[in-house]
Amino acid sequence: MKFFGFIAVVVVGTLLLVATGDFPGWGNPHSPASEGQVSGFYIEQTVNVTKVPNMVTAVLADFRGYDTMFETVVIFIAGIGIIAVLRTFGDTAGKASDYPEPDEGSDIIVRSTCHLMVPLIQLFALYVVAHGHHSPGGGFQGGVMLGASYILLALACGLPVAKRRMGERKAIVLAATGIIIYAGWGVACLFFGGNFLDYASLDPVLPGDKEMARSHSMLVVEIGVAFTVTAIMFAIYSNLATRGRLEKGL
Amino acid sequence: MELLAAGFIEDNIVPKFNYWIYVILMMIGLYAMITKNNLIKKLIGMAVFQTAIILFYVSIGVKEESGIPILGHGQHHEIVEEGKPSGEVITKDEFANPLPHVLMLTAIVVGVSTLGLALAISQRIHGSFGTLEEDEILDQLRPGGHD
Repeated sequence: MKFFGFIAVVVVGTLLLVATGDFPGWGNPHSPASEGQVSGFYIEQTVNVTKVPNMVTAVLADFRGYDTMFETVVIFIAGIGIIAVLRTFGDTAGKASDYPEPDEGSDIIVRSTCHLMVPLIQLFALYVVAHGHHSPGGGFQGGVMLGASYILLALACGLPVAKRRMGERKAIVLAATGIIIYAGWGVACLFFGGNFLDYASLDPVLPGDKEMARSHSMLVVEIGVAFTVTAIMFAIYSNLATRGRLEKGL
Repeated sequence: MELLAAGFIEDNIVPKFNYWIYVILMMIGLYAMITKNNLIKKLIGMAVFQTAIILFYVSIGVKEESGIPILGHGQHHEIVEEGKPSGEVITKDEFANPLPHVLMLTAIVVGVSTLGLALAISQRIHGSFGTLEEDEILDQLRPGGHD
């Protein structure tokens, strides 16, 4: 098996390496991907049609809004799948969350540092979400950071402490809320005569003109993405670390 | 012979080193997925494979002497506040291609969640079979096998 696997890998690798001969060189500004209509339009027209300086966020939340919405749904489904596969309800499941005790084994230095760091991480994560259409950032990045802050709390102070702030029910509701915000914003566009996720049609209810409406709508859908990603990241960690029992974990 | 090898490296590997790296990484991942017996090692191979694809996409978006695809504060001000046409203020070659970045941004997060799901399923497999080795699981699944 190992031998045949090695042969297959060598054959595929050689074919790919031969194919790289036809590929554009490193950093070539005239490569087909950069010369194409789409990428040029994104670079030159993003600021005209959305007034957003960050092209990556504009493409993510506006031009490719459908794609991002269903990527968020994929994350949601993966999280729900993990809960469905792993979650078990033992005898101590209810007791653990009532009176969370700080973990006996954890060090005071670790706990104090964590108490200092977690608010800062969360603040920065909120900045990354809120400022995502002006500087590097957005819902996915900020959401992962927010989720990481809860994971840090669970690692340093024990899972019950983190669970008091982000319980299982709360996590699932938060994840669903994120998708509802995203899809609901798309549906709201329908009521104002536009297409699904056609943010420009929302300009009667949002401050500014049509372009600013798209800019504001990007913030709204990024917040939705951040909700889902935060909740699912923490659900993945807490279920994997405790084998679905959600008691004292690692 | 040495000259030939040096010429080959200079002509084929140096200008395309990003593709060589992604092909090698991808093949490491593929090899692990095909031949490894342990399910976790297969998942590690899958993650390496995924990383290779991400590197490939990001390296496609690179342009020489270009910056990140975010307008500078001054440029943004000139276009939005002063109403200058964008064609006068920015050029296409100034910014890296944003599209690969967008695609990989979502792919990374989705990759993490699907990897989490795969790990969850392997935990359940370990719970019911007591092992993560593929051949031992197949032994137990076979009718007439022990258990």
